[in-house]
Amino acid sequence: MNFSAIYIIWEREIIRYWRDKIRIVTTFIQPLMFLAIFGTGLRSTLASSSLGIDFLKFMFPGIIAMNVMGVAFFSTISTVWDREFGFLKEILVAPVSRISIVFGKSLGATAIAATQALLLLILAPLIGLSFPLSIVPELFLFMLLLAFTISGLGLLIASLMKSLESFGLLMQLLVFPMFFLSGAFFPLQNVPGWMKILSAVNPLSYGVDALREIILRTQIAPGEIAKIILRSPVENAGYLVLFSIILIFAAVVAFNRQN
Amino acid sequence: MHGVHVAPVQFRVSRHMENVIEVKNLVKKFGEVTAVDGVSFEVKKGEIFGFLGPNGAGKSTTISMLSTLAEPTSGSAAINGFDVSENRDDVRKSIGLVFQDPTLDDRLTAEENLRFHARLYGVSNEDYEKRVEEVLDLVELKDRRHDLVRTYSGGMKRRLEIGRGLIHYPAVLFLDEPTIGLDPQTRAHLWEYILRLKKEKEMTIFMTTHYMNEAEYCDRIAIIDRGKIVALETPERLKKNIGGDIIQMKSAEKEKLVREIKEKYDIGAKSGEHDIVQIEVANAETFLPRLFNELDTKINSIEMRRPTLDDVFLSLTGKRIREEHASGKDDIRAHMRMRGR
Ligand SMILES: Nc1ncnc2c1ncn2[C@@H]1O[C@H](COP(=O)(O)OP(=O)(O)OP(=O)(O)O)[C@@H](O)[C@H]1O
Ligand SMILES: [Mg+2]
Repeated sequence: MNFSAIYIIWEREIIRYWRDKIRIVTTFIQPLMFLAIFGTGLRSTLASSSLGIDFLKFMFPGIIAMNVMGVAFFSTISTVWDREFGFLKEILVAPVSRISIVFGKSLGATAIAATQALLLLILAPLIGLSFPLSIVPELFLFMLLLAFTISGLGLLIASLMKSLESFGLLMQLLVFPMFFLSGAFFPLQNVPGWMKILSAVNPLSYGVDALREIILRTQIAPGEIAKIILRSPVENAGYLVLFSIILIFAAVVAFNRQN
Repeated sequence: MHGVHVAPVQFRVSRHMENVIEVKNLVKKFGEVTAVDGVSFEVKKGEIFGFLGPNGAGKSTTISMLSTLAEPTSGSAAINGFDVSENRDDVRKSIGLVFQDPTLDDRLTAEENLRFHARLYGVSNEDYEKRVEEVLDLVELKDRRHDLVRTYSGGMKRRLEIGRGLIHYPAVLFLDEPTIGLDPQTRAHLWEYILRLKKEKEMTIFMTTHYMNEAEYCDRIAIIDRGKIVALETPERLKKNIGGDIIQMKSAEKEKLVREIKEKYDIGAKSGEHDIVQIEVANAETFLPRLFNELDTKINSIEMRRPTLDDVFLSLTGKRIREEHASGKDDIRAHMRMRGR
C-alpha cells in the first residue's frame, strides 16, 4: 500500500469529475426523471395503500441508491477509457502496487458517488418527505459503503473488458437488471424464488434496503416498515462489507492478470 | 581463499555498474507472430542507444518488455541490475518512459500531469517543487503550465511527455519515437534537450526512431528488422562498413542495368523501389566517368554521395526505411493520436 499514490490517483478522479460539469448535471437529471415519470405514472396505477406509504416516498431511497450505483459504476468504468487513450500505461509502468491503483480508483469513485447522493437528499421536500437531520450521518455511511462495493464491481469489469464496444452490451445485461432487481421500484417480499435469489446476489439490493429503512422509519410505524424492509441496517452493512471485500479482491486479481 | 568468494560478487556488481541495460535472447510472440526474435545487447551507463527499424520491426515491443509492461516469451533482460520479470518495482523506479502513443491526461493541466507522475514515483514535495520549475524550463512550457493539456499543440504535448519522463530522475530514459509528428524545428530543439540531459544528468537513453538523421545522435545503433538485430555499431562504423561512396541511378530497365553492371565490373548492384539501382564503389569520382562511357543501358538520372544510415539500412535489409515515402502517412497518424480525446 502506497498512500501517496492512492491519494494522487484519488485526487485525479475528483479533479476530472469536478471539471466535467455536464456529467454532474446529468447525474442529477436522471433521478429527477425517475421520480417524475415512474413515480407519478406508477403511483396512479399502483395502490400505494398496500405499501403502507406513498409510492414516491417508497421509491425515493431506491432512487438514491441507484444513483450511487450509476455514478460509482461510471467513474470506475472510466478505467477503460484510460486504457483506450493510453493514460493507463502511465499508471501501470509506475512503481506502484496494483492494490494501490485499485484503491485509489475505487476510493475516488466512492467519494464522488456518495457526495452526489448526499446532495440528492435535497430533493426530498419535493415529494413531501421530511426527515430529521440526525439520520444523515447514518445514510452517508451506507452511501459510502454501497459506492465502494459498486466501484469494486466496476473496476473488476473494467479490467475484464477488452474494448469500449462491450460497454453498451454491459449496460443492457448488467446495470438495468441490477436496477430492477434491487427492490428500488417494488418490494421484494412477495416475488418468486428465482427473483429472490437474483436480488440476493445483487449488492444494490442491500443498499436500497438499508437506505429505505433509515429514511422511512421516520415516516411510518415500526410495525408497518417490516412489510417493505428485508433486513436490519446492521445485516445490510455486513453483506455490503462482504461484497466489497470480495469484489475489490477480485478487481486486484483481474488488474494484475490483465495488465 | 577469501578472494575466491569475493571475486564473483565483485564481478557481478561491476558488470551492473557498467551495463545499465542487459538483454539476452529476448523473444516475444503474439500467437503466430514473433514480434521480437532473440534479441541480445548491452547498453552502458551514459550511452545513447538507438533502435532503428521499419514499421513492425519489434521496437516498441522490446521497450514494453524492458519496461515491465509485457512479459517476455523467453530470454531475459535487466535494467540497472534488476531483472524485468522478477524485480518489476525496482525496474519501474529506474526508468522513465516516453511512449510512442501519447499518454497524457488531457483533462488535467501540464502541472497536474507532472505532479501526478512525481507522486506516483515517490518524489518528495520539496524535490518536486524544485524539479517542476527545472523541467518546465527545459521543455519551455512554463507560461502554459496551468492550461489544460487538451489545449496544447502536438509538439507541446510531446515536450511535456518528455519532461514528465524526466521528473523522477530515472537512470534510464526510454524514448519511443520521441519526435514523431514534430516539425524539423521542434525536432532539432528536442534533440538539444536530450543531448543536454545526457550530459547534465548522466542519463542512459534508449530510443527508437525511423529518422536516419536522428539515429546519428546515438552513440551506438542497433538495426532491427523483423524482430532480429541485423547490425549493432556506432553510426560511423556502420557507414564505414558500407565501404566507399554510393552511386544511385534511375533507370526504367532496372534488371538489365543490374545485369550489365555485374558483367562489366563484377559489382553486385542493389535495386530499390522506384527504378532505383544502387552500387557502392571505393571512389565515385573516378568511377562515374567509366559508367558514362561504358554502360549501354539507358539511365535517366545519376547521383553520388557519401553513405548515410539509410544506405546502411538498405544494404543490410535490402529495403529502404519508411522515411521519405511514409512521412505523409506518419503525419496523419501522429496527428490523429495527438488529438486524443
Ligand atoms: N499486442 C499485440 N498483439 C498482437 N501483435 C502485436 C501486439 N503488439 C505488437 N504486435 C505485433 O508485433 C510486431 C512488432 O510491433 P512493434 O509495435 O514492436 O513494432 P515497431 O517496431 O514499434 O513498429 P513502428 O515503427 O510501427 O512503431 C508487429 O507485427 C505487430 O503487429
Ligand atoms: Mg513502435
